[in-house]
Amino acid sequence: MLIRLSAAIAAICLLTGAAYARGAAKPTDPQIAHIAYTAGQLDIEAAKQALKKSKNKEVRAFANDMVRDHTAVNKQALALVKKLKVTPEENDTSRALTKQAAAKREELAKLKDREFDKAYVDNEVAYHKTVNNALESTLIPSANNAELKSLLETGLKIFQGHEQHAEHVASELK
Amino acid sequence: MTPRWICLAAVALSGLISVSAQAATIQVTIDKLVYSPTEVTAKVGDTVEWVNKDILAHTATAANDDWNVAIAPKQTARLVVKKPGTVDYFCKYHPNMKGRVVVTP
Repeated sequence: MLIRLSAAIAAICLLTGAAYARGAAKPTDPQIAHIAYTAGQLDIEAAKQALKKSKNKEVRAFANDMVRDHTAVNKQALALVKKLKVTPEENDTSRALTKQAAAKREELAKLKDREFDKAYVDNEVAYHKTVNNALESTLIPSANNAELKSLLETGLKIFQGHEQHAEHVASELK
Repeated sequence: MTPRWICLAAVALSGLISVSAQAATIQVTIDKLVYSPTEVTAKVGDTVEWVNKDILAHTATAANDDWNVAIAPKQTARLVVKKPGTVDYFCKYHPNMKGRVVVTP
């Protein structure tokens, strides 16, 4: 638990820019592309777990929305990096995100029914909040390429929508 | 003017009148998760048409549950408004998207 928690905190610190504020270099475009793409893929994996485990109609509808939207955005992201001839570059932030998501999936795998639904949706609220903060405070301001910046800005609007949608589903589960 | 011309003119005129009385189509564009214009005014019987330029599926869902229009990515969807009143609407998938249709009698 302690390990998981510290991994989660490390990921959040990196994401919210604390690491960059300490004087580390700003993320480069290839790193930003990797972080954004990874964040989307991880949410798709979380949704797939929910689709396997949940029987709740609203939770399943939400999970399907996440798969559909994040797949569409990542398809566009891939097309953009190809066009810009940018190779997404793995970095500490994307690695921490992946590690944190794996721990969460393991934790959620042990839960059932209502407990699972609540934990999944609560985590979706928290996850989208974290990613949105990162986009706003670090990733968008650091992006050099105008098209990448624009895609991230649209991504932010989409994920803010998901955050509100997740909050709505969470309130229905109470 | 011969009676024939008067007759033709009358037919043409009635055609014009019937065209102007036809219901209108009011277009709303969705681009990067924004309904534009945010607010439209329509008369009962008019059609509101949403043109989705995004790669994402959206909806136009009335806050009062009167209607729910699914708008697939890169597609157009339509609704004939039937009741006068002001209806706020949003996207079910991205509730931060908000719009309004004002329907006059």
